[in-house]
Order: sequence, then C-alpha cells, then structure tokens
Amino acid sequence: MRPAAGRFVRVAETETRPRLTLSFDGETVGALEGDTVLTALLTARRSLRKAEFGPERRAGFCLMGACQDCWVWQEDGVRLQACRTPVREGMRLRSRAPDSWPDTGAERPS
Amino acid sequence: MTRMLIIGAGPAGIRAAETLVAVGLRPQIVDEGERAGGQIYRRPPPGFTRPPRALYGSEADKAAALHRTFDGLVRDGQVDHHPRATVFALSDGVAHIVQEGTVRRIAYDRLILATGASDRLAPVPGWQAPGVYSLGAMQIALKAQGVALGRELVLAGSGPLLTLVAHQLRKAGANVAAVLDTAPLSSQAAGGAQMALARPRVTLRGLAVRAGLGRLYHPGATLERIEADADGPTALHWRDAAGRARVSSCDAVALGWHLRAETHLADLAGARFEWSPIWHQWLPVTDAMGRAGDGLYLAGDGLRLLGADGAEIAGRLAATACLRDMSLPAPNPGKDLRQLARMAWFAKGVARAFPWPADMVRNLPGETMLCRCEGVTVADARSALALAGPEANRLKALARVGMGRCQGRYCQLAGAEIVADETRRAPCETGRLRAQPPVRPVPVSAFLQADPDI
Repeated sequence: MRPAAGRFVRVAETETRPRLTLSFDGETVGALEGDTVLTALLTARRSLRKAEFGPERRAGFCLMGACQDCWVWQEDGVRLQACRTPVREGMRLRSRAPDSWPDTGAERPS
Repeated sequence: MTRMLIIGAGPAGIRAAETLVAVGLRPQIVDEGERAGGQIYRRPPPGFTRPPRALYGSEADKAAALHRTFDGLVRDGQVDHHPRATVFALSDGVAHIVQEGTVRRIAYDRLILATGASDRLAPVPGWQAPGVYSLGAMQIALKAQGVALGRELVLAGSGPLLTLVAHQLRKAGANVAAVLDTAPLSSQAAGGAQMALARPRVTLRGLAVRAGLGRLYHPGATLERIEADADGPTALHWRDAAGRARVSSCDAVALGWHLRAETHLADLAGARFEWSPIWHQWLPVTDAMGRAGDGLYLAGDGLRLLGADGAEIAGRLAATACLRDMSLPAPNPGKDLRQLARMAWFAKGVARAFPWPADMVRNLPGETMLCRCEGVTVADARSALALAGPEANRLKALARVGMGRCQGRYCQLAGAEIVADETRRAPCETGRLRAQPPVRPVPVSAFLQADPDI
C-alpha cells in the first residue's frame, strides 16, 4: 500500500526554518523557507502536471535546470521552473494553463 | 579595459575568476545558481544548518575553500557576479542572458566557458514515469534541499556518482533498496587498475564507499524495465550478472551513466567538436590550456570530464592562457599542466571502468520512450530514418529527437546509438546535433521587459 502523502521525504534541515504556505490548483500547500517550488509541491503531492505528449504525469527529472520537466503555471499565466525557483509566501501555482488561455494541448478540465 | 566574461561559477569558473583578479582584471561572472559553487559544491539556501562535512564529506575542505575564495572576490568588488542568470545565446561578442524574468545583454572581448556537466542518460523502458530521476537530481535534492526523492529508492546506471549518491543517501537515513551497476566487474577491474595508478587515494576511497554498500550493490546488472502505475514507479525489473531475473520494489528510481559535458554554449561560441571514443560523446577541441578559438577558452567538465579537482586546475589554466594572449603577467602553468595530465589519465580509467551501455540502448524495445520531452519512441526514431537518412540533425527535424525543451541533452547519445544500430555505422558517423539558441527556454514575457545592456 503506497502512502498517499507527497513524493519527497525530508531527511534533514527541518528544525529551524520558518513555515510558508502557497496554493497549488487552489489547494493550500505548506512549505519551509528555502524550499524550491519543486520541493514544496512534491513533499505534499505525487506529481506536478500531466505530460504534454503522453498520458503519464511528471514530477521533474534533473533538478538542475537542464531537462525542463518541472515547469508549472502561475495564475497570471507565466510559467516557472520549479527546481530553480525558491518558494515565496502566498505563491499561486497551477498544474495546467489558466482556463483563459488558448488550448495548449495540455490537460484541461472537462 | 578588456571586457572579460566567465560563464559558470563552479570549481572551474571560480578558479578562472581568481586567476584573472590576481593581475587586476575585473571579470563578470554569470551563473545559474543562487550561490556560487556549481553542482558538486552546491550550497544550500541561507538558513540551512548542516556543516560542510555533512554536505561534501571528504571534499568538505575543498568546497569551503572555493566558497570562501569566491565570496571574498564578490565582497571586495573584484568580480561582477550575476547569480540566478542563464545565458541562452551568444552572438558577435554579446551574451544574451535571462535573469529575474528579464532579458539582458553583456558584451565581452574574451570569454571563458565553465559550463559543467549533467548526467549522461540512457533510456530504460518506463523512465518517463513520475518519480524517475537522474542520479544528479538525487544528490542535489539531498545536498541543497535535505530531501530524499522517495521512500524506497533504486539507483541504477554506472559511474562514480552511482555508489557515491547511494552512500550519501543511506548516511542521511534514506532507504536505498538496490544499487545496480551495468558495468561488469571485468571492465571495472581493467579501468580500476588505471585509476589506482593515477590517483590511489581517490580510488581507495571509492572502493571503500562501494564496500560499505554491501549486498545492495550489484555489478554487471542488466536493466529491463521500470514498472509503474499512474502514481509512479513500483519496481525495477533487472537481471543479475548470472542472468537471473530480479525485481526490486521501489517508489523512485535514479538513473545515470557517468556525465555528459554541457557544450551548447561552446557550440554557439564557435568551438570545433570531435567525437571522443573514450567518453562516448562529442566534445569541444582545445589546446592543452583550454584555448578553443580567438578569445574563447573552455574549462572544467564542459570541456573534459575530469571532476571537481580537474576543473579547478583547468579553470586556472584557461585564465592563464587568456592572460598570456593579452600579454599580461601570468602564472607558470607547468605544475597545473602536469597535474591535469594525471587527472586525465585517471578519468580515462573511470571511463573504461564504467562504460556507456551501448548494447542496452541498441536492444531497447520499440515502445521505449527515447525522447522524454516529446514522447518520441525508439520505434518512431527507427522508422523516421528511412526518410531522414543517417544524420542526427535530419532525424531531429523529421522525428523531433533532440527538438524538445531539453534540446537533446538527455536523448542525443541514445539517439546516436539507435541511428548507428539501424544504419550499421559507428555513433561518431551519425552527425552531431548542432546547438540552437535559445539553449534554454526563455518565456516570451522576458523579452517584453526592459532590456538594458549591462
């Protein structure tokens, strides 16, 4: 039985860092200051988004800004690279394009 | 005053900057990182508390010395440091960078590229599942974020990073279920002897790390497939050296076969390339000091995969070459050149011990994802060859292998292997993917912002 919690597990540096919150697809996600967006989202969730060219979901790959697997949407429409972006209090992120965007082929609400 | 630009603030870039500063030059240094150090000596964000010994192990003193040197150069105003900045194009003596969501330009007269390396990847059936990472990713997550990328980890591939990352993860309390090395003991013995002659202490340390993994470590493994459900990996299917079928259950997999030099910017800057049979990849051509052309110098793993110690030396040498070309006082490179030769001898042993898995790639089932960016399968690539002919850039145009967002960084070498297999020629005869700007994706919004020249 697989745990329903996030994919990443904190193994160090959990003691002294202030807590933050952000939102992902409208749900509140807790984070620690110094987390990347990727760390924050995947300690709480199993994946970031759906792949553009396949049925699988994606959760980052290289963590050094090279593979481009971890781009997520912000509510204003500009995407960010989750592995290279530090979290900020109150960030509003999405796993898919804002509904106002033209169809990108990404997963859409039905 | 001559405008000097260094790209990359890892071991090579930092030592290059230090060498230029020593004669009174004030280089600009652009780096993607938040804090200088590169990947191997990457620093956690402010507020993290683990000491260097916990982060860098036996290399803690070297890491601390490099960080101290660079912080001193910045503090004293001797370098102009641009952190969190990505160079995405080079043309006519201008570097185009994106920083904080804005495109900027930096003009230069002389350029030192210290762009480092990333994991050299080969596809494994199922590797597109969420929860499959590069080995480097596992190490970065642990070092810079204090996280393990899963609850039950299988590490597979080959190269020094494989056993090192496994060791570091276990020491931090992560659960490593298996460490699968595709290199057979025979190649490891042949390469290991050369490694031990060149750098006995480093080789012994590596052997000790591996011994510490005990029965988790399996040499000569054959990887068959990553089993996954919608939620991510559930097991890795493999065969041991005796050919017995084995299954290691897991919720995360890390893959990597040593390193691939990051050469996109060297290509844009006009460096010449040659296929390296030793490192099994295309590498830029320079002289012994790192001169790649008029006013162009290369150093570190982006030139030759010699590791962090070699990168420090190569960074000093590239800057020394630059100073000589400007007729400025330069340090005597004799000792550095001798040490670099020893590093190169060691690295050739590493390459021999932990080879690229050519046969594994050639035997991949057709439905295996070759390009993770756009979901191009091995069968797609093979069938496109009838139209494309045996040339990587044409295959890219017709089948999009290398066209996706990573720009071939993770599919180029496997693609070359498939072309070589399908058209019965050597990988070096399949053409080299030409780099195209932007070498990293840049949001259109960044071009709409103010565009000051720095």
